[in-house]
Amino acid sequence: MPNDQDKTELLCEQVLHACNNSKPLAIRAGNSKRFYGREVEGEALLVDGHLGILSYEASELVITARAGTRLSEIEAVLEQNGQQLAFEPPMHSERSTLGGAIASGLSGPARAFNGAARDFVLGAKIINGRAELMQFGGQVMKNVAGYDVSRLMAGAQGTLGVLLEISLKVLPKPEAEMTLTYEADAITAHRWLRDWLHRGLPITASCHYQRRLSLRLGSTENSLRAAHKTMGGEIADSAIWPQLRDQTHTFFAQPNLWRLSLPPSAALENDEDSLIEWGGALRWKASNNKLFEKALRLNGHATRYQSNAAAAGTNPAQDIFQPLQPTVLAIHQRLKKAFDPLNILNPGRMYKEL
Amino acid sequence: MTSTPEKSLVVRCLQKILPAECVLHETEDLRPYECDGLSAYQRVPMVVVLPETVEQIKQILSFCTTRKIPVVARGAGTGLSGGALPLDDGILLSLAKFDRILKVNLDNLTAVVQPGVRNLAISEAVSAHGLYYAPDPSSQIACSIGGNVAENAGGVHCLKYGLTVHNIIKLEVLTMQGDSLTIGGDAFDSPGYDLLALMTGSEGLLGIITEITVRLLPKPETAKVILAAFDDVATAGQAVSNIIAGGILPAGLELMDHAAIGAADDFVNAGYPRDAAAILLCEIDGGTAEVTDQLSRARRVLERSGATQIQVAEDEQQRNKFWAGRKAAFPAVGRLAPDYYCMDGTIPRHQIAGVLTRISELSDEYGLPIVNVFHAGDGNLHPLILYDANIEGELEKTEELGGKILEVCVEVGGTITGEHGVGIEKINQMCVQFNAQELTQFHAIKRAFDPDELLNPGKAIPTLHRCAEFGAMHVHHGQLPHPELERF
Repeated sequence: MPNDQDKTELLCEQVLHACNNSKPLAIRAGNSKRFYGREVEGEALLVDGHLGILSYEASELVITARAGTRLSEIEAVLEQNGQQLAFEPPMHSERSTLGGAIASGLSGPARAFNGAARDFVLGAKIINGRAELMQFGGQVMKNVAGYDVSRLMAGAQGTLGVLLEISLKVLPKPEAEMTLTYEADAITAHRWLRDWLHRGLPITASCHYQRRLSLRLGSTENSLRAAHKTMGGEIADSAIWPQLRDQTHTFFAQPNLWRLSLPPSAALENDEDSLIEWGGALRWKASNNKLFEKALRLNGHATRYQSNAAAAGTNPAQDIFQPLQPTVLAIHQRLKKAFDPLNILNPGRMYKEL
Repeated sequence: MTSTPEKSLVVRCLQKILPAECVLHETEDLRPYECDGLSAYQRVPMVVVLPETVEQIKQILSFCTTRKIPVVARGAGTGLSGGALPLDDGILLSLAKFDRILKVNLDNLTAVVQPGVRNLAISEAVSAHGLYYAPDPSSQIACSIGGNVAENAGGVHCLKYGLTVHNIIKLEVLTMQGDSLTIGGDAFDSPGYDLLALMTGSEGLLGIITEITVRLLPKPETAKVILAAFDDVATAGQAVSNIIAGGILPAGLELMDHAAIGAADDFVNAGYPRDAAAILLCEIDGGTAEVTDQLSRARRVLERSGATQIQVAEDEQQRNKFWAGRKAAFPAVGRLAPDYYCMDGTIPRHQIAGVLTRISELSDEYGLPIVNVFHAGDGNLHPLILYDANIEGELEKTEELGGKILEVCVEVGGTITGEHGVGIEKINQMCVQFNAQELTQFHAIKRAFDPDELLNPGKAIPTLHRCAEFGAMHVHHGQLPHPELERF
């Protein structure tokens, strides 16, 4: 497989063609996140052939790559320089791409501690719904020229533009890591966790599942030793973290899974069946009922979330994401129109009104 | 604007919405609002309103929408790009009375604040709980959080702790048509588009922010600062890259050139090595064990990078002294000339040496001295151009030189503004950084929020017409010297 291929011209032509014929496009790269959204009726626009790392210098803490570049390739290159994508994008398959990671805006276990995908976006080159090639942001850490369109692309699921190139801030990997585990119910575990976070301990991931709290710490060797002394707990192996990031943990195989994103201190239930990450702010739960209202009551939001193989490809045309406030939805619709007046880019992927 | 029948009518209508003392319309009352922190631009607004409730803002906006009167929002008026410059046929909406911290949530580590709250007041209010609000623009004593959001303000700690956009989670916003929007939320993410990112840094063009939820961080257990001296600016620039490549993420990494060192040391007696061509201030913070480890690592890197002198501040007093020099650099430079003009470009770090050379050449060409102080860790330059506004034509010459410096920043892959915003000051350089399609896209975004374009019109995003005029003034018609170079 080639690892450097520029399909800009072809992709522009395809979008232009779709424009001229008012035919919707279903944007696709690795197709590993097909489950994360509503099914799009449209001709496939394949971005996975548009690939290659365009620039990377460790001393700049910035990497720029084409959207079809595989996450695994990017991680490997960063790894050689002791750096990382600090938001830990989930790789639902070997085919997961940079474009998919940013379009979905999903972040892994480190999110509560290091920041989300959107926090690391510095710039993007896109094709909008009028087949215009545009670039926003850049390759520098601080940039307030114009509206922050590149960050807006994170999580927009391709409905505002086809992502072509993305520049991300990268960070040094911690010198050392340590996984600690504790036996505790959810309420107790999160009380401890809040106290440790408040004291600035170097926690980089948390998971509570079936009366077991697992924590990942990242810092220098001396600092980890000091932290372990303060926090106690048993040293465990680190296998759980990639399983959580890529959702290969057995927990994620169950049907009717919901993702609840809540304020970390939202009331916890001591139920054995939930898996809790992000210091309490991300809660996974199987439920036959819609959880939108429950999430709203807890000042958060819910997502119907089926990443397991059984559900892939059978995504019904149902609501996946929390309904928006009417005034906010109206702004969404007008923004969609501002980028994609003919409604050809992934129409209906997030909400049927978009 | 002198009193006209139109103005009298507007004043009468606003007085029905607000108490009389909250509507300023006499010229002497309007004067204090004629400019923000960029005093080179001044304009007296038609009316200034100082609402006290969100409901009043809503009514003001809906009145202005009906009568098609433009509205400019203003926080503390410390902005450096003229973002809050009034319009003579418009209303200046001051949010100064929205100065309350509404709630501190110690479980979620957040605070809900009104837009007129001063940046530093947030950290002061939560300090007893061992917490602080990270973004710390130099004006933090005075600048308001609403203005910080509008400009996506930074500070000296951005490399590690991020900009305003990374440190807020929720906004309450009123659109020009008076719709209430809740943007973002109390969780770590929210459904739909990332409108929080779009609002942050939108310079008051998309909506009026009425409430902000900020993230609070635990104060680091300890912080240590290293002062490293260099006999050459380029070597100092390379040392910056070496520190970052060496896996160290300093809380602050600042560079000052020879002229800045002298000025700052004269001003606050910071104890800087006065003969150095450049100094770096490198601050490491975190847990004690981590800081000790990182500090020795940073020291080794600096030694290998050719530092002529390395000094770790021995105690808090010395650390504060080192920082006092950096923080006082602007007022210190202010003593070198009657006026100075502060620029704000960002460049990729590996271009530091080359860009500093270009700046020095431009300085000679224009005959105006330039002092360099900058957030080296972020590649965010603040060249200070020294001039005398009383000399006929010198301000214009200074602005032209400043514009040239920004164009150099874009040329090497950087941007025309790192943290001060475009406002009115850099509106022409926007034509250099963005092409017509991109600018058109920006205008379309604006209209999605504000269809009549009544919020802060004429700022931040130039019209294509304006760019055409600006381009015509230039020999190369606004084209960069190296059109083949990728700007991205």
